[in-house]
Amino acid sequence: MGTVTDTAPETAAGNTVELDCAGMSTREVNAALHELAAGSRVLVLNPRGRHNLAVALDQELEIEIAGHAGYFIGGLCDGPSITVDGFVGWSLAENLMSGTVRVRGNASECCAASAHGGLIVVHGDTSSRAGISLKGAELAVGGDVGHMSGFMAQAGTMLIGGNAGDALGDSLYEAVIYVAGSIASLGSDAQVEDLTQEDVDRVRSLVERAGFDHVSPENVTRVASAKHLYNFDALKEQKY
Amino acid sequence: MCGIVGLHLKTERHRDALGRLLSPMLDCLETRGPDSAGLAIYSEPVAEGLFRYSVRIDGLDPDADTKAEVATLVVELSHDLGSTVTCERVRPDGAVLIASDQVETVSSRLAERRPDATVVGFGRHIEVVKDVGRPRDICRRHEIENRSGYQGVGHTRMATESAVTIDHSHPFAPNADLALVHNGSFSNHATVRRRLAQQGIDCVTDNDSEVAARLIGRDIDSGATLETALKTVGQEMDGFYTLLVTTGREFAVVRDSFACKPLVVAETDEYVAVTSEYIAMTSLPGIGSAKVFEPTPGEIHVWER
Repeated sequence: MGTVTDTAPETAAGNTVELDCAGMSTREVNAALHELAAGSRVLVLNPRGRHNLAVALDQELEIEIAGHAGYFIGGLCDGPSITVDGFVGWSLAENLMSGTVRVRGNASECCAASAHGGLIVVHGDTSSRAGISLKGAELAVGGDVGHMSGFMAQAGTMLIGGNAGDALGDSLYEAVIYVAGSIASLGSDAQVEDLTQEDVDRVRSLVERAGFDHVSPENVTRVASAKHLYNFDALKEQKY
Repeated sequence: MCGIVGLHLKTERHRDALGRLLSPMLDCLETRGPDSAGLAIYSEPVAEGLFRYSVRIDGLDPDADTKAEVATLVVELSHDLGSTVTCERVRPDGAVLIASDQVETVSSRLAERRPDATVVGFGRHIEVVKDVGRPRDICRRHEIENRSGYQGVGHTRMATESAVTIDHSHPFAPNADLALVHNGSFSNHATVRRRLAQQGIDCVTDNDSEVAARLIGRDIDSGATLETALKTVGQEMDGFYTLLVTTGREFAVVRDSFACKPLVVAETDEYVAVTSEYIAMTSLPGIGSAKVFEPTPGEIHVWER
């Protein structure tokens, strides 16, 4: 395993680069990540709840964050595969464009907020407002999600391997939510719909990529917009 | 945005290090509140019938002999009250005095002698520090690292609802051994303040958090538990909040029903730590094996001593 601690590496394909938060500012860690060649593998050590790690990266990197991390981990990324071996704070993978962000523990509020693309996997629980304003990404949560999850989610897929808190899917647009466990309550304009074969296939694919072994795709509940609030029609006169 | 920290020690083990543990926690949350900071630190009680008074004296001349000035005040107050007043600690902003637990009498005698004095906290256990500036500087100035005790709460403030002054800094400690720190904003604080005034409970600032502290103080004075008092806050006050409130005996947290403001709790056999962000508790001993969780919306957690 190669170790680079003093200067940011330019290329490191084939080796694993170690970046130790203990001796680096967040800005230095992110600058070092930005300079890595596509295909690099990186181990980020001693995160100790540090915010804003591995943000806005647009190359395909394999990043392992070895410990608990803070807010906005993996935000704005477009390409890398990030794994956090611990829990994370608010707004994991906010506005993710592509790539994978995986958390082996729990994630706090607003997980995957406004994520456009890519896959976000949380093996533990997430708290309130998971998938808020989701814009096309896939979010798979192995455990429970807190209240107001899926709020105003516009596009994409959420899979909840455990139970959903109150007001699930409030004011949904085109995003679809699948729940393996119970739903405390549905939000405004969210409704339970029949599961089709297409849904089962979609969930199966997501379960496989998430690496969940406790969710049976045939036995999830589909939640989508009832479209009583969401009735935008571009062809109508602009009355909105 | 504001930052909240709290430490409730379940065992004797870290008591001597309370201030040393709290200081870096507070410093870490400067990003959430760079304009003011404050702490309430709880230690072994003074004798029955007495209170500790955390007294800020604005007119103290830092270049003069503040010890002598405080000593003079102690003699004068002892004379005025007809009972012994002692000085437990001279601080850069005033002093911690030990005097009779007749709060109103002590406060009015104090005001007569030193119109520039303000009691920022009182009770058998509590010492309160409120100041403006960076938390690191405040902790250094008040030598917080040297403080021992069994419980402490702290706050870093980013003012949104009222001015940046020492009086507006947290904690708010309007009742004996009660301290409240708040992250968030109450929208109906003016209404509740008027309601309290009608009941004879006056606020000294226009700060929204003080109203919550007075509301809790009112209910505790009427015999309510801290948990019940916090439920009343949820019913009567509208807004966003994470509150950490302690009576010295009860140590409690609650988040509003939308969970708009963060809170992380870590519990070990030795302590309960609460902070706005996990990063602020990473300096604690044994944090790696602590049970860490976030209170859910509206859920009240109380730890008792």
